[in-house]
Amino acid sequence: MTGETTELSLPSRIDTVATAAAAVAEFVGRSGISDDAAFGIDMAVREAVTNAVLHGNRQDEDKTVDIILKSSPDAVEISVHDQGPGFNPEAVPDPTAQENILKTSGRGIFFMRSFMDEVDWSIRPGGGTTVRMLKRR
Amino acid sequence: MAELNINERQAGDVTVLDMSGKITIGEGSVALRTAIRRLLEEGKKRILLNLAGVGYIDSSGIGELVSSYTAINKEGGQLKLLNLTQKLQDLLTITKLLTVFDVYESEADALNSFK
Repeated sequence: MTGETTELSLPSRIDTVATAAAAVAEFVGRSGISDDAAFGIDMAVREAVTNAVLHGNRQDEDKTVDIILKSSPDAVEISVHDQGPGFNPEAVPDPTAQENILKTSGRGIFFMRSFMDEVDWSIRPGGGTTVRMLKRR
Repeated sequence: MAELNINERQAGDVTVLDMSGKITIGEGSVALRTAIRRLLEEGKKRILLNLAGVGYIDSSGIGELVSSYTAINKEGGQLKLLNLTQKLQDLLTITKLLTVFDVYESEADALNSFK
């Protein structure tokens, strides 16, 4: 296949996580990527959308979570955009550090980085944060 | 169908929760939290989670397992895990939680370990 792009705009609700994951699974299924890679993408998307809904948009239903899915012969790229104030991913503590192992939260970004080949964050000029995640074939 | 189904049974003084479905943010995590709280209120502090049917867990679900573990320990009880899928075992490995949880592949071994 040469490539495909899909865009989604979803409300800032917890059930959006499952909706987004289902849409991404369908997209990824069409892209012909391996099952292992698809599992990693699913994990990462759920965590990214969870962060966008909870921390970015703080479940404000007037704000949307916008997702762009792109597949190319080399990779699948997913961008998740929220309308929140942004954050510094480097300031998030390492959840595998001894003092953090028994914390009940703080593993989402770790999973995104573990399962994707590239993860980066940017602040959009118009406001909001975009996390871009890439999985190579 | 519920995101996470939990069936409770008693094996001696150990309460076994046979779980199937997903432990993810929202319904699945809440179902696990509610079940553990109820058991603690009933004084059931020796709990074995049979995760054979749990095909998916996210960071929220992992957090709920940790929360269950610490809540039960705080009450002087024990939480152990049985029949992890390979994916769940991988997640517990990379998060270093496999060193925290007592994990078994055989229910008999798990039940004996409570004695």
